[in-house]
Amino acid sequence: MAAAPEEKQTESLERPLLAIDSLTKVYPGGTRALDGVSFAIRRPEVIAVIGSSGAGKSTLIRCINRLVEPTSGSILLGATDIVRLGAKDLRQARRRIGMIFQEFNLVERLTVMENILSGRLGSVSFLASFTRRYPAADVANAYAMLDRVGLAGLHDSRADALSGGQRQRVGIGRALMQNPDLLLVDEPTASLDPKTARQIMRLIRALAEEGATPALVNIHDVALAQGFADRIIGLKAGKVAFDGPVAELTPAVLTDIYGAEDWSQTIRRESEEETSA
Amino acid sequence: MSAGPYPTVWRAPSFFGTRARQQAVVIAALIYLIWSVSTLHIDARRALAGFARAADLFARMIPPDFSRWELLLKGMTESLQMALAATLAGVLLSIPLGIAAARNLAPRPVYLAARALIVTGRTFHEVIIAIFFVKLFGFGPVAGLLTLALSSVIFLAKMLAEDIENVRAGPIEAVRATGAGFWQVVVYSVVPQVLPRSVGTAIYRLDANVRHSTIVGIVGAGGIGQTLSASFSRYDYDFAAAILLAIIALVALGEWFSDRVRTKLR
Amino acid sequence: MVQRPRADKAAVSAGVQKRYPEVWRRHTPRETVTNWLWVAAVALACAWSVSALDIEWAFFKDAHEQAIDLGQRMWPPRWSYLPSIVAPLVETIHIATLGTAIAVVFSIPLAFLAARNTTANGFTWALGRALLVASRSVNTVIWGLLFVAILGPGPLAGIAAVAARSVGFLAKLVAEAIEEADRGPIEAIEATGAGTFQTYVVAILPQVMPVLIGTTVYRWDINVRESSVLGFVGAGGIGIYLYASINQFAWQQVLVALFVILVVVIASEAVSAWIRERIS
Repeated sequence: MAAAPEEKQTESLERPLLAIDSLTKVYPGGTRALDGVSFAIRRPEVIAVIGSSGAGKSTLIRCINRLVEPTSGSILLGATDIVRLGAKDLRQARRRIGMIFQEFNLVERLTVMENILSGRLGSVSFLASFTRRYPAADVANAYAMLDRVGLAGLHDSRADALSGGQRQRVGIGRALMQNPDLLLVDEPTASLDPKTARQIMRLIRALAEEGATPALVNIHDVALAQGFADRIIGLKAGKVAFDGPVAELTPAVLTDIYGAEDWSQTIRRESEEETSA
Repeated sequence: MSAGPYPTVWRAPSFFGTRARQQAVVIAALIYLIWSVSTLHIDARRALAGFARAADLFARMIPPDFSRWELLLKGMTESLQMALAATLAGVLLSIPLGIAAARNLAPRPVYLAARALIVTGRTFHEVIIAIFFVKLFGFGPVAGLLTLALSSVIFLAKMLAEDIENVRAGPIEAVRATGAGFWQVVVYSVVPQVLPRSVGTAIYRLDANVRHSTIVGIVGAGGIGQTLSASFSRYDYDFAAAILLAIIALVALGEWFSDRVRTKLR
Repeated sequence: MVQRPRADKAAVSAGVQKRYPEVWRRHTPRETVTNWLWVAAVALACAWSVSALDIEWAFFKDAHEQAIDLGQRMWPPRWSYLPSIVAPLVETIHIATLGTAIAVVFSIPLAFLAARNTTANGFTWALGRALLVASRSVNTVIWGLLFVAILGPGPLAGIAAVAARSVGFLAKLVAEAIEEADRGPIEAIEATGAGTFQTYVVAILPQVMPVLIGTTVYRWDINVRESSVLGFVGAGGIGIYLYASINQFAWQQVLVALFVILVVVIASEAVSAWIRERIS
C-alpha cells in the first residue's frame, strides 16, 4: 500500500521527518518479516503500529535503528539514509533516535541515575562514561527528567528495586535524555497492568508533544492505540495493510488486519475517551 | 529542559555503601599492597632481568623437541593410568565415607568423625600428600596413585554426602507408601536421585585427577610431572615445551570429554 | 516405581478385550547392550591402569607400620619452630592475594575477548579461547616451575604462577557470564548510540560483576592452598620450609608446618565462604 495518501501531497514539499521506502527484512531461514513497507512521517505525531504477533511490528521498529539489519529498502531520517550508514555514522544516527522497550531493558544493577544518564552515552567519552562523570548540563537535565517522569528523589535507587511502571518511566527518561528526533517505542505497556499502562501511554504522548518528537509505537492493545495515537499503521504479514487517522479504524479494517472477530467492543467510542482521559 | 533549580553534580553511589567507606577500602588496599610488596623482598633487578631471560627461555623452547616421544608417551600413559585407577579407588571407597558423612543417614559421632576427616584431607594440597606417600612407598607411580586416590575419596565422599543430604523426601515417602521395604526404598527413591549426580561428579573427578596427575611427579610420585621436573632441572627446555604442549592437550581433551559426558547425563 | 496393575484386572475394569503386554523392561535391548558395553569399557580401562602400573604389593604389607612409625616420629610437635615460619606463612598469603589481584586485572579483557558475543571476530575469539585453555591446563605448580626458570626463585615467581593459572579460571567463568548476559539492556544501550566499549562497560560489566567478585574470592581461597606448595619448586611461601623439614627428616617441624597450613587454609575458606554469602 502506498505510503502517502493523495491528499497529503501538499505537505510533502517539505522533507519528511522520517521516510521509509520498500523496507524488506528476510531473516536467515527465509522468514520474510517485512515485505516492502513504505510510509512517511511528516509532522510530530504519535503513530501506533498494530498487527497480530509475527506481523513484523518489532522487526520494523528494530530496523529503523538497525538493531536488526534490514535486507533492502531505505530509511531516511531527515536527510540521512540509515540503511547505508557505516558503524560510526550509525552510532551518530542512533543518538538521534530514542528507544523504549517492552521489558524496559534497564541495566538492573545500576542506579536510576546511571540508567537515565546512559541516554547521554553517545555524547560523552568512554572514560567519562566509565568514571560516571557526565557534564553538568547533562546531570541537571537528568534531575529535571526524573522530576518530569515522576521519579524525583529515586536517583540513587537501584533499577531492580523499582516497580514495573517506575522502571518503564526510567526507560522513557533514558530515551528522552537523547533529545531524540524520533521515538521508537516497542510494546511499552505489554508488561504492565492496565492502569499503569494507561499512565505510561499518557506520559509518552505528553513527552512526545512537549518535544515535538514523532513517536512510532508498537502496540498490541487496539483500544490503547486508539486512545493515545493520532495515526494508525496496521501491519499484516510484513506489509502495510492500513495507514490512516484513528477515526478511520473500522471493524472492517481490523478484520482485515487481524482476521474475523467481533470488534464492536474493541472500538472506542468518543464518550469513553472523555471519562477515562 | 531547563537546568534551573536542579543540581549539576552527581556522583554514582559507592560500591561499598558510603563514599567514606570506599575511600577507607581503597586506602586499606594501598597499604596492603605496600606492606606485602615490601615484605616480599623482591629483587627488582633480578625481576627485570626476567624479561630477557623469558625471551631466552622461549627461544630455547622453540621448536619443541618431540624426538624423545617414547619417554613423553610413557609419562603421559603413566599419568593417565594413575588418574583412572585413582578414580576407580576413589569411587569405591567414597561410598562408605560419603554415607558416613551424610547427616541424615549416619549416627552423630560417625558423622562428625567422617566430616573431620574430609575437612582435614581437603586442606592439604595433592603435592603435600604425595610427598608423604613418596616417603612411605618410595619414588614412583604408586605414591602418585595413592595420593590421587586419597584426594578423590575425600572429594567424592563430600559430594556424595551433600547429594544424600539433599535427597527430596517426597519420593521416599511415596515409595514407602506403596509398602516397599528399606532396600526397595533405597533402590527406588534414593539411588535414582543420587546416581546421576554421582556419575557426573565421578567423571568430573576423573578430569581433575588427570590434571593433578601432571603435578604429583614434581615430588617424585610418578607420571609426566616427574619427566617435566627432570627436564627443567636439566635446562632441557625444548623437551619441556613438548611436555607442556602434551599436558595442555591431554587436560583440554579430558575437560572436553568430561563436559560432554556430563551434559549428556543431564 | 509403582507396580503395574495386574493385566487381567485392568482389562476387566476397562471393559475391553484388548491384550496388554505382559513383559516390561526399563531399557530397550539396545540400551541394555550399550550400558553394559560402557561398564565393560570402564572396567577394562581400570584393570589396564592398575596392572600396567607395576604395583609392588609387598610395599603395602608394612605400610601401616611405617605410617605408625612416621606418626611417632612426628609427635610431639616442636612448637619452638612456629616463630620462624610465621613470616613465610604471611608470604604465602601475599602470593595468593597479589597473584589473584593481577589475575583479575588481566581476566576482564581476556573474558571479553573469549566471549562469543563481545569478541571482535573469529580470530580474536580463537585467540582468547587458546589463551584460556593454556592458562587453565597448566597447573599452578608447573607455572611455578616455569616462572622460577624465568624470574629466579622467590615469591615473585610464585605470584606470577598464581596469576597465570588464575587468569584463565576467572576469564572462563566471566566469559560464560558475558555470553549469558541479558540481551535487553545491551540492545537498549546500543540504541542510545553508545560505542562498543561504552556498551561493554555500562550494559555488560554490571551484569557480570557478581560473577566476577564471587569467582575472584573463590579463586583466592584456592590460591592460598596452591601457594602452600609453590615453595616445593622454589616459588616462595611456606612450602620451602615444609620441603626442607621433610628432607632433613625433621618430622616434628613438619607437623607444626602442616598444622599452620591447616589453620590458614581453613580460615581462608571460611573468609571466602563468608564474603560470597554476603554478596549473593
